[in-house]
Amino acid sequence: MSGPLSPALPPQAVADEVTPSVGPLRRRRVRWGDRLLFGYTWVVLLWLFAPIAVMIAFGFNDTKSKSNVSWQGFTFKWWGRLGDYPDLTTAVTNSLSIALLATLVTTVLGTLMGIALGRYRFRGQAATNLVMFAAISSPELVMGASLLSLFISLGVQTGYMTIVLAHVLFSVSFVAVTVRARVVGLDGSIEEAARDLGASTWITFWRVTFPMILPGVVSGALLAFALSIDDFVITQFTSGATITFPLWIYGAVRIGVPPQVNILGTLIFAVGVAIAVVNTVTSRRRT
Amino acid sequence: MRRKIAPYLLILPGGLWLVIFLVVPLVFMASVSTQEGDVVNGFVQTFRLANFADALLQYKTQFLRSAGYGLAGTLLTIALAYPVAYWIAFKGGARKSTYLLLVLLPFFVSFVLRTVSWKFLLADDGILLQPLKDIGLVPADFHVLQTTVAVVGGLTYNYLPFMILPIYVALERVDPRVVEASYDLYSTWRDSFTKIVLPLSLPGVFAGVLMTFVPMTSDYVNASILGGPANTMIGNIIQTEYLVNNDYPAGAALSFTLMAAMLIGIFVYAKALGTENVLEAAAR
Repeated sequence: MSGPLSPALPPQAVADEVTPSVGPLRRRRVRWGDRLLFGYTWVVLLWLFAPIAVMIAFGFNDTKSKSNVSWQGFTFKWWGRLGDYPDLTTAVTNSLSIALLATLVTTVLGTLMGIALGRYRFRGQAATNLVMFAAISSPELVMGASLLSLFISLGVQTGYMTIVLAHVLFSVSFVAVTVRARVVGLDGSIEEAARDLGASTWITFWRVTFPMILPGVVSGALLAFALSIDDFVITQFTSGATITFPLWIYGAVRIGVPPQVNILGTLIFAVGVAIAVVNTVTSRRRT
Repeated sequence: MRRKIAPYLLILPGGLWLVIFLVVPLVFMASVSTQEGDVVNGFVQTFRLANFADALLQYKTQFLRSAGYGLAGTLLTIALAYPVAYWIAFKGGARKSTYLLLVLLPFFVSFVLRTVSWKFLLADDGILLQPLKDIGLVPADFHVLQTTVAVVGGLTYNYLPFMILPIYVALERVDPRVVEASYDLYSTWRDSFTKIVLPLSLPGVFAGVLMTFVPMTSDYVNASILGGPANTMIGNIIQTEYLVNNDYPAGAALSFTLMAAMLIGIFVYAKALGTENVLEAAAR
């Protein structure tokens, strides 16, 4: 596996290799180019996977010192000692409960926005889109710093609730965009048919519209959860004395990150990948 | 009447949240940036614009370094991402979604933990350098951590998927028949790439640049975990001013300057490439 600055080949070299000359040579040179491109892709993919592999492997490292960087033999013992650091356990439960709470609020707010943006044309729509774009694209650092400025100026004590508030802020636009895409793609005639058959607006929404936009709502919620549980920068600015999983890791870097962190990271990784795979497979079946 | 109110009622809760916690805080940050005082005696609004001049003069190096790292990281991600996106889009076949999932794998590990894993990998006595030192390929005092290479490498690593995805989306939309037609008309691979595929994929590259340059330039996690004192970025300074020194006016002035610089940068970038291109790219 290669270091961060050693790609297999500069891309120019690849481009030159794939350039075919017209004539009988062309086919063979194109194949060569494909092979190079294939190799290049896999080198990059392996590079992307390298630190994950290290994370997983070092959860099984029989390390004796505080710094868990050199391989000292295989062991399962850390799995039985996941709870060795009570504040790490607290941090993980904080991360999970913050993510759940933020996802709940975000999904409700974002779904309502997505329906409004996808279904209606109204004054202020462009402004709403602009604010949402700003929320998606502004640097986390600036968002965190400005939120902390607000809390300091108003004398608000930062902590658990301000983290939730901030997480809703940076993920609500993503949910709105995901739901909007689903709403725009809806076939309006189905709802019309429901109304023609005597369903009220309320019934039509819950029995017809909502089930159709549900996949958008679910992927929005999953995205919100993933964004929340992973967030570091905005969380650090709005956390006060509350510690989340990423904050705990960051704090542990100087003194040495224990194998328990690797195991917890591996578990989160496994659950995330499993959900993603299930999601891809079921959505493929649906279409 | 009801139809007219409906969209506003739906927008209101989320919209208010965005305005109150995204727009209003910027006003407060602007206000904090011209205040004077300290955390013990409190801060007073004195409209001291010199805060900005002080901050800029003192941290000019870190500003320039951040821009340089952001630029280097962005160029590296383009170089790494383009061939990969090209291969997945044109040669991925039935396995496209599998490859995309592989590209997204890093996102299932916390950003901080990924960076910490690089620190494990590159550690002076870690699994990469120690064997090399043992067989004498590199000198015993050779190190990668605490260097520019480590920080820019970390930035490139962490934001690479953000470049691969938009380029992939753009390439995926290229109609293969157009490329075939060019071959039928005796175009070489190079000509149909530079005259057809590349121009059609540029909006994806523009979007990728927006999605990588801005967060890279304002990042402080990579510099803090992988870098040393000589790699301090402006994000590290802002974080320290706010959370360690409690010098909020200095931190606010620096964040504001950073934000303004980025907005100007994006504006110039959009002007240079044509506003539609960037807006179209950003809208995705």
